[in-house]
Amino acid sequence: MRPGSVLLTALTGLIWGVTAMVVIAVTLTLITGEVALPQATAAGLAGLVSALVFVWRQSAGTRGGLPAWGLSAGALFLVLMAASFAAPFGLSLGTTPVWQGLALIVFVAGVTAANRISLGGARLGAMSRYEREVIYIRIAKGIGFVVFTIIVALPFYVMVMTSLKSQQALLANPLDLSIDVSQGLDGLFRSYVELFTQFNFGRYLMVSAFVSIATVVLTLLFSVPGAYAVSRLRFPGQAFLARSVLLIYMVPAIVLVIPLYAVFSQLGLRNTLTGLLIVYPATTIPVALYMLQGYFRGLPSELEEAGLMDGLSRIGVILKITLPLSLPALASVSLYVFMIAWNEFLFAFMFLDDPDIFTLSRGVVSLNSSEVPRQHLMAGAVIATVPVLVIFLWFERFLVQGLTAGSVKG
Amino acid sequence: MSSHDQTSTSSGPPKGIGPMQRREMWLAYMMLAPTFAIILMIVAGPLMANFWISVKPVQLADLRPPTVLVNERARGRPEAAGDSATLEYRLRNSSQDEEIRNVVLTDEIPAGFELGALPEPCSVTGSVLTCDLGTVEPGWRDRLQLEGTVSDAFLSADRPERASEPQIAGEANNVLTNFDFTLENFRRIFNADEFWSVLRVTFYYTIFGTGGALVLGLFAAQLLNTVFPGRGVLRGLFLFPYVSPVIAVAFTWVVLFDPFSGTLNALLTKMGVVADPINFFGQRAVEFSFFGLSMEFPLALTTVIAFEAWRYFPLSFLFILARMQSINTDMYEAAEMDGATPLQQFWYLSLPQLMGILSVLFLLRFIWTFNKFDDIFLLTGGNAGTRTLTVDVYEQGFALSNLGAGAAVAVVVFVVLVTFATLFIRFSPKEEGL
Repeated sequence: MRPGSVLLTALTGLIWGVTAMVVIAVTLTLITGEVALPQATAAGLAGLVSALVFVWRQSAGTRGGLPAWGLSAGALFLVLMAASFAAPFGLSLGTTPVWQGLALIVFVAGVTAANRISLGGARLGAMSRYEREVIYIRIAKGIGFVVFTIIVALPFYVMVMTSLKSQQALLANPLDLSIDVSQGLDGLFRSYVELFTQFNFGRYLMVSAFVSIATVVLTLLFSVPGAYAVSRLRFPGQAFLARSVLLIYMVPAIVLVIPLYAVFSQLGLRNTLTGLLIVYPATTIPVALYMLQGYFRGLPSELEEAGLMDGLSRIGVILKITLPLSLPALASVSLYVFMIAWNEFLFAFMFLDDPDIFTLSRGVVSLNSSEVPRQHLMAGAVIATVPVLVIFLWFERFLVQGLTAGSVKG
Repeated sequence: MSSHDQTSTSSGPPKGIGPMQRREMWLAYMMLAPTFAIILMIVAGPLMANFWISVKPVQLADLRPPTVLVNERARGRPEAAGDSATLEYRLRNSSQDEEIRNVVLTDEIPAGFELGALPEPCSVTGSVLTCDLGTVEPGWRDRLQLEGTVSDAFLSADRPERASEPQIAGEANNVLTNFDFTLENFRRIFNADEFWSVLRVTFYYTIFGTGGALVLGLFAAQLLNTVFPGRGVLRGLFLFPYVSPVIAVAFTWVVLFDPFSGTLNALLTKMGVVADPINFFGQRAVEFSFFGLSMEFPLALTTVIAFEAWRYFPLSFLFILARMQSINTDMYEAAEMDGATPLQQFWYLSLPQLMGILSVLFLLRFIWTFNKFDDIFLLTGGNAGTRTLTVDVYEQGFALSNLGAGAAVAVVVFVVLVTFATLFIRFSPKEEGL
């Protein structure tokens, strides 16, 4: 027995006990709406004892009988129940017994698995620096997975669940994010229906889709020839032009917005989609050109030279050889430009006053007032997010396929 | 990018420009021309225009140039052919402080209206009336009355004077194009008490936002650099904050952190962590004492910085992960044989390899965070000590309707940015290909 090893083992168990308890109690609260009070001290103590039991059994190396993890799970359960007076979540066992039972199972399984993963190979006797560091890193990674998953998933979970609630339910208990099935589908999706019927969101969706797709098309029309020229043709000033395009990408939109506002007001372009369709491609062309020229440079030029030898013109080479080979790059550039245009807020906010031509961003901003209930705002946020996430997830797979197909790597 | 040299060695004589190359050069210029035209018009042009506006005394209301407003109506009640009637034009200068020169009114005389005497500045050719009103004073108002008699065509038409809209031409000083200059805008913004605090907040936000996004990104990349089931799902999930629209995620944070109906505050109070709800986005500072020292913690600013780090860590995560996966694993095996511990391997092997991409990411994100407007504007509107330079541009230009002052702040933004960009070009490692 070495005090250092015992301390490390105990600390690991303590950390997992407390972490699992807090996470599971909060999850239980958000799912059931009953406020669970995590018994962190009891859980920490239980985790500590169970970790010590696990490492003791593991380093004893006894064969037969209960496996180390089974024994430590038993110890975990007993200590938790004893130290929390049989109310591990601060709720009497009668309230939502099914969910509480489930939470208890998840807690025991989670802490046991976490202890087993992080303390695998640990001993209560002397451990080398290497072995100790392995345990530190396992703990840090485990905490990292938990924390990252929570900070990313929680806001999106809250967004979706809030949009499905009613005003009264939200004010009565902001912690209750459970789905109230009793109100039926109509009640559940009321915010969405109202956004489409009363707040004109169908139109905003159409406008946003039109603006974004038109921006993608315009950007590609301009940037494909530009990128080809910069990457394949030789001419004086090539390097300078290629670099200055990227510098333009660094110019902040807020510096452009006042002059554009002034000029567009005078030309009558301000409150129009034409105005947006001039500004959006101009801000996306530089980055598209930059991405594409990098890709074009990576294509084998021999293929194009063969095409030229066979009597194709430059334009023919671009259309028949370069572009088909560049489909993955064109897809990723299109995706990126689409996302920029779909998510754009500043210009839409500054230029558009007429509710008939609002983009989704501009439409959701108009919901942010004290007269519109919060669940409508969140439903608007969901409507704005879902298309771009769906397209992103779909394209991500497409991109991987395109790259792994090997057609471009000669 | 790696095969850049393939093209430069592939063809052509080493010196001089042959006809083939001249054709290639013109083709290249033609292919680049539209791109450069649109970029010059929408980016470089406005950039110059911003400098121009910043030294002009221009308000939001000045964007509408002064014009003569005209209103035409028929007076008298002609009932039968031959009755007399009057066509009246009411004219007004829309501006109270700008004169308008060479004002000319033209209009089609309605069918069936027989003109009597013409007022002095007017003449008629065919059925077109032209009145030359010369220069009109600021705030000028006048009426032009045309007497005449009517025939049946006039009587049978419904509101015959509406058949043609009167046209009016005139030249006025356009505040955007004249040559009045002033440094008042700059004096105003530099003398304002809050300007230096705005500058400080901007740097605070930029440095900590960038650092936070990088550290989180590095940590997340470490997590996903091992192979395990569900890795692809987790990678997709981690990218959500970055690909979602800013309005959606910003409002979600506002709802989540709301002091009265927000989930987070309800959680903290119900579980007894804090006694009263915390107004994360509305409270400028929290006082706390640390070993007897009373200190202020900028709460709203910190929350906004946390949002920035949360929203942009996926970008650094992607780039760092890509770089990590290209590191040769032999090195780690050798280090393992020599008994290097995991932390030593990270510190002495991984980190030096990642330094290039980390510094590029730091500089790029630094510039982009410095330019950021939407996030802070949507989260706090620049209140509670979170106003950065970019939000100040909006405040001055549109909330206070002083376009000139807004443009002056934008000039400051641009000058700081050019300094960064110069540093960026000087110090960015070339081999990362960014």
